[in-house]
Amino acid sequence: MNPAGSIVFFTTASGAGYGLLFWLGLLRIFGLVPADARFGLVSLGVAMLLITMGLLSSLAHLGHPERAWRAVSQWRSSWLSREGVAALLTYLPAVLFGIGLLGGIPALAVPMGLLAAAGAVATVYSTGMIYASLKPIRQWHHPLVVPGYLVLAAFSGAVLLAMLGAFWGDGAVPAVLALLTGAGGVLLKTAYWRGIDTAPPEATAESATGLGRIGKVRPLDPPHTQTNYLLREMGFRIARKHAAKLRRIALAAGFGLPMLLALVALLTGGPAATALLTLGAILALCGLLVERWLMFAEATHTVTLYYTGT
Amino acid sequence: MTSLPEIKPGQKKLGLVIDLDTCVGCQACATNCKEWNTSGHSAPLPDFHPYSAGAEGVWFNRVHSFEAGEGEQGRTVHFPRSCLHCEQPACVTVCPTGASYKREEDGIVLVNHDTCIGCGLCAWACPYGAREMDEDAGVMKKCTLCIDRIYNENIPEERRVPACVATCPTQARHFGDLGDPESAVSKLVRERGGYDLMPEMGYKPVNKYLPPRKRASVEAKPVEDAPTPMDIKNPLLRWMDRVLTR
Repeated sequence: MNPAGSIVFFTTASGAGYGLLFWLGLLRIFGLVPADARFGLVSLGVAMLLITMGLLSSLAHLGHPERAWRAVSQWRSSWLSREGVAALLTYLPAVLFGIGLLGGIPALAVPMGLLAAAGAVATVYSTGMIYASLKPIRQWHHPLVVPGYLVLAAFSGAVLLAMLGAFWGDGAVPAVLALLTGAGGVLLKTAYWRGIDTAPPEATAESATGLGRIGKVRPLDPPHTQTNYLLREMGFRIARKHAAKLRRIALAAGFGLPMLLALVALLTGGPAATALLTLGAILALCGLLVERWLMFAEATHTVTLYYTGT
Repeated sequence: MTSLPEIKPGQKKLGLVIDLDTCVGCQACATNCKEWNTSGHSAPLPDFHPYSAGAEGVWFNRVHSFEAGEGEQGRTVHFPRSCLHCEQPACVTVCPTGASYKREEDGIVLVNHDTCIGCGLCAWACPYGAREMDEDAGVMKKCTLCIDRIYNENIPEERRVPACVATCPTQARHFGDLGDPESAVSKLVRERGGYDLMPEMGYKPVNKYLPPRKRASVEAKPVEDAPTPMDIKNPLLRWMDRVLTR
């Protein structure tokens, strides 16, 4: 599948934003992050900025961005529509959460923070389901795709919150969460990669043409000598050559190094921790960009069976 | 609405039956499809760089050629690929705007080009590659089963069939109601063992494909010595040949 830059950026940025919103809404209640209202507002601001930038970027993917408002109408059947609805609804408690923080009204900030956290989970879950519900793409129609979206959002959010917390003198709890979710991410991604590498294809050139009754099926002539939309969108295969290398980069930059830096930061503390956690957050987001890009580039669509037989 | 209409028994299911035995891969169906649809319901179907290298465009029907089997049993099969107007079209249910829909009255899957946002998700959801983005207009386009022909009262009744069916020189394409077990197409599917493409995807295509007929066994060589009636000049001998052949 063609890794459209706008969508790769959207899933990384919005994922991190929703992860940050989730942890902020949840951890503040238990006093596990700095109680300073300014910390809450800055963190909320960063989360909303990432979310909004991601959502706007996803609009760039559309042929008619000005009609995007129509996309909230089909929530009964469409996960993309549900994602849109969840994303828009999450703004409501998030803004009220901000007002609660600004005015120092815990009675407003606490429930709205929780609601915003729930909205963040619902939105990221819907994003994952958009991909997981697509049967023709076996690498997406996989039980670990939705957990992957959730864990990656939780990890990148925790990394960001640890960095922001460190600026206010205490990023310990989010740093521990980053270590835990990072470990979860590594386990999940390696299991996912092993799964898609070993699973047999659901459909074959034989079943796609029904000619398996005669014998092995090989494409002889394509319909046209030139490329087309289907091949550009669904037949993207540049990355597969480098898949193994890119996976190692994603694991090292996206998870390994940020986790190591978080661990060192936990041990050292002080201004050094702030620098380490900042570096870790930058590395994590860059690594996740690679991972999200790979998620598209590695995915194969059944339409290529008609063109290449695989 | 992108929710699917309720499936009722005996419901009309308009679709195509494509005979892979007689298709000669001439591309006439694809050409006439392009010709009709570039000025019909989905007009225009864009072409990019039409007169230079890298010419490409939107086609609702593309004819592939495959080799199947090995050795003497192997054969070349021409394979037209277009929208199958599935009974469970995920291309419709994934649509966030309601631009994609399946018609209740005849099962045709259509796109409303005025409300499509061009997100491309429906093309991802189709296992068969039936949907193509019109990158000029920014909306998704697809086979309409020539909805602007089959119900068109301005053209003679016998021509109210999809353009691909009307033009096929070997009658490898048949159009009709596959929901009616007594229709000509349903009978054809029964007689010839018509089948679904990628049934494992669970989309339940309405269009059916007829398999290439089994070839006569390799041993059955033509009888070389037998004269044909044309070879026999003597009318008496010709008459005798006719009588004896009975």
